[in-house]
Amino acid sequence: MQNYSLDDTYIKDLDPQTHEFAITTKDLRVFYGDKEAVHGVSLPFERYKITALIGASGSGKSTFLRSLNRMNDNIEGSQVTGEIMYRGVDINSDAIDVYEMRKHIGMVFQRPNPFAKSIYDNITFAPRRFGEKRKAVLDELVETSLKQAALWDQVKDNLYQSGLSLSGGQQQRLCIARAIAMKPDVLLMDEPASALDPISTSTVEDTLMALKDQYTIIIVTHNMQQAARISDYTAFFYSGQALEFDETRKIFTRPKIKATDDYVSGHFG
Amino acid sequence: MSAKSIDKLMTGMLYLIAGVIVLLLAGLLGYILVQGLPHVSWHFLTSPAKSFEAGGGIGIQLFNSFYLLVLSMLISVPLALGAGIYLAEYAKKNWVTDVVRTAIEILSSLPSVVVGLFGFLVFVLQFKFGFSILSGALALTMFNLPLLTRNVEDSLRQVGFTQREAGLALGLSRWETVVHVVIPEALPGILTGMILGAGRVFGEAAALIYTAGQSAPALNFGDWNPLHIASPLNPFRPAETLAVHIWKINSEGIQPDAAAVSAGASAVLIIAVLAFNLLARWGGNRLYKRMTAG
Amino acid sequence: MDPIKEAMLHRSRSAKLERRGRLLSLACISLIVLVVLAIFIFVASRGLATFFTNKVNLISFLSKSTWAPAVKDAHGVPQVGALPMIVGSFGVTFLSAVVATPFAVGAAIFMTEISPNLGKRILQPVIELLVGIPSVVYGFIGLSVIVPVIRTVFGGTGFGILAGTFVLFVMILPTVTSMTVDALKAVPRHYREASLALGGTRWQTISRVVLRAAMPGILTGIVFGMARAFGEALAVQMVIGNAALLPKDLISPASTLTSVLTSGIGNTVMGSLENNALWSLALLLLLMSLAFNLLIRWIGKKGEMK
Repeated sequence: MQNYSLDDTYIKDLDPQTHEFAITTKDLRVFYGDKEAVHGVSLPFERYKITALIGASGSGKSTFLRSLNRMNDNIEGSQVTGEIMYRGVDINSDAIDVYEMRKHIGMVFQRPNPFAKSIYDNITFAPRRFGEKRKAVLDELVETSLKQAALWDQVKDNLYQSGLSLSGGQQQRLCIARAIAMKPDVLLMDEPASALDPISTSTVEDTLMALKDQYTIIIVTHNMQQAARISDYTAFFYSGQALEFDETRKIFTRPKIKATDDYVSGHFG
Repeated sequence: MSAKSIDKLMTGMLYLIAGVIVLLLAGLLGYILVQGLPHVSWHFLTSPAKSFEAGGGIGIQLFNSFYLLVLSMLISVPLALGAGIYLAEYAKKNWVTDVVRTAIEILSSLPSVVVGLFGFLVFVLQFKFGFSILSGALALTMFNLPLLTRNVEDSLRQVGFTQREAGLALGLSRWETVVHVVIPEALPGILTGMILGAGRVFGEAAALIYTAGQSAPALNFGDWNPLHIASPLNPFRPAETLAVHIWKINSEGIQPDAAAVSAGASAVLIIAVLAFNLLARWGGNRLYKRMTAG
Repeated sequence: MDPIKEAMLHRSRSAKLERRGRLLSLACISLIVLVVLAIFIFVASRGLATFFTNKVNLISFLSKSTWAPAVKDAHGVPQVGALPMIVGSFGVTFLSAVVATPFAVGAAIFMTEISPNLGKRILQPVIELLVGIPSVVYGFIGLSVIVPVIRTVFGGTGFGILAGTFVLFVMILPTVTSMTVDALKAVPRHYREASLALGGTRWQTISRVVLRAAMPGILTGIVFGMARAFGEALAVQMVIGNAALLPKDLISPASTLTSVLTSGIGNTVMGSLENNALWSLALLLLLMSLAFNLLIRWIGKKGEMK
């Protein structure tokens, strides 16, 4: 594998007049101790679109994603600098209530992580903690979330069985339903299908496509076919840097950067 | 002798050692139960002890042991939960944490008689609680806290970090996630540790002889007002426990039937401690199965 | 204005709960640390009074063998020689460790190398039950079985260091065994395989490879057992005879730091020399427990370096 220059980048400019952004980052850097894992990434994420982050393992795409709702705060010794603009405020600042922010920028993880609670409680747990006690509202929430996550038909008769008793693919869709139940603006997804079999993967992909109308989705994926199938924009990460950002169609047909070209045509990664 | 026959010989020795240890336990239990159980009767379990004559029971001591146990667990369980949560969730990797861990380690290895003497100095004399249930419960808390705390910490760590991330990503704080997600999942381990701790507390005597005292004044089991001096619930009355009673009658007892009383009391104590152990195993397993099953 | 933006700029209920929870857990852990500090300060301040207030010489405290705090010698100095108790404590501790170690290591080898199945099904529960038996029960059995047996076999009263050794042997056996089991289990499988492949018998493998590799862990277990034996009070106090005399043999009444403390503290007046001298013994006990702790750490460090 050859080394590519980090200065050779192409980030497509999206016109703020014609595009509405959910999140934009400016010079976002992530440090673990003294080591800089992400080197100043500035990217726009358009509202109600799916943006895919692709790149080899260790390219910093997951780290970047996790800093968007400040999940890196929980890792000892990590530090994030730069700007993350969301609804006109920089959410990477101490003035922001990080818990309130995460209600609106949800996350689905690589490995399904349902709570050891019933399906019903998995979905209603957080809303109840935030004060929603009305049974009818919660029932409704469970049904709509599970329908949106394409799981309702399979579990509607067993809502009180443990979330852990479901199959891997079903567990992941339960986690998506749990995230949707918070009615977030943005959904961050960290390789949500990597631990799943092909059938479950395609179900999850269909789910994401259906969610696009109401949510802005940012998804990290190893799977280039997946990125090509579902995303509107794609950012290619290499060695802690976003080297190229463009419409997905262009990234996969006419990439402007050599590294991107090599990666999407399978030369490395 | 060839290496082969040495190997055979040593294997035989090891079987012998294992057998001796099993026999040792069987002998201990057998002795206590054979000597003690014939003496155990409803009358023995419920009537008060006698100082100078035969026929005394262990009723008050038995009650005291349980009351002291409940009271000390009421104090130590919340403290252990808080401290365990701190160590598992909030403690940073730095020298302060090292000092804290060392302190807990030292406390757990302190002889219980030292803990009892400290309790005597501070609770009995300084705070003027006197020889009382409360002093005893506080001494037992110090005795039990380090192991309970470590157990809580270990049990919390058994729950994967992804569970915490799940809660955090929904906008819940770490504290809410720990209290409402992680602790319920760690409950089997925590409970097992608590019950084992209870068994340890139930049999402890050295920490109590100078805190809860060595006398068991008569109680009026019709009066449950904790403020009345003869009430069983009064936390400021002296309270000799079952374990202290066994020590007391053996070291300075003048009852004619001291041997029989202590055998009976030992049998009751052993059965209680065994019950705690079995409960811990059985309850822990059951709870674990229930939580992981569909 | 945007309500979500507004909400993000205010402190949420979760943030408040987090702050409160963190403080609460910090308070709990601080309390424990505070208690440990207080134990040291209180016991030390009492225990040092013998030397500072009553002007007893530290050297003679540790080396003289007459324990009679109420009696003054020809020079008007009270006789507080703690040597009998120090010898008694160390005596029962070392002897019980010497007796317990072969049994504990043997049992641990049996459980990990010879028959893990029987070990798990029988020996493991047996060990756990032995831990669970309260120390007063051990003391009671010592008093009613071991002391009479010693009296019959060796003569004398039956009370003494030998009886204390027997009782402590059974009490520390489970501690040393379970820690040795952990140490043996931590020895990588390929060590054993390499030795067996070279034609070593099972015993050769165990004695030359496994035990050697597990040595730091086994030593730690033994020191843990000794710490427990040194600090054990009531079981020992019930069988040792409680005579503050330098033991001449193993079957005459003797005493330990803990036994003198348990029988003495209640019978002396707070602040008197007799009482202060007892607190000095408690301080000694505390320092020894600390020393065992340091020893365990030191062994651990040595083990890591290898």
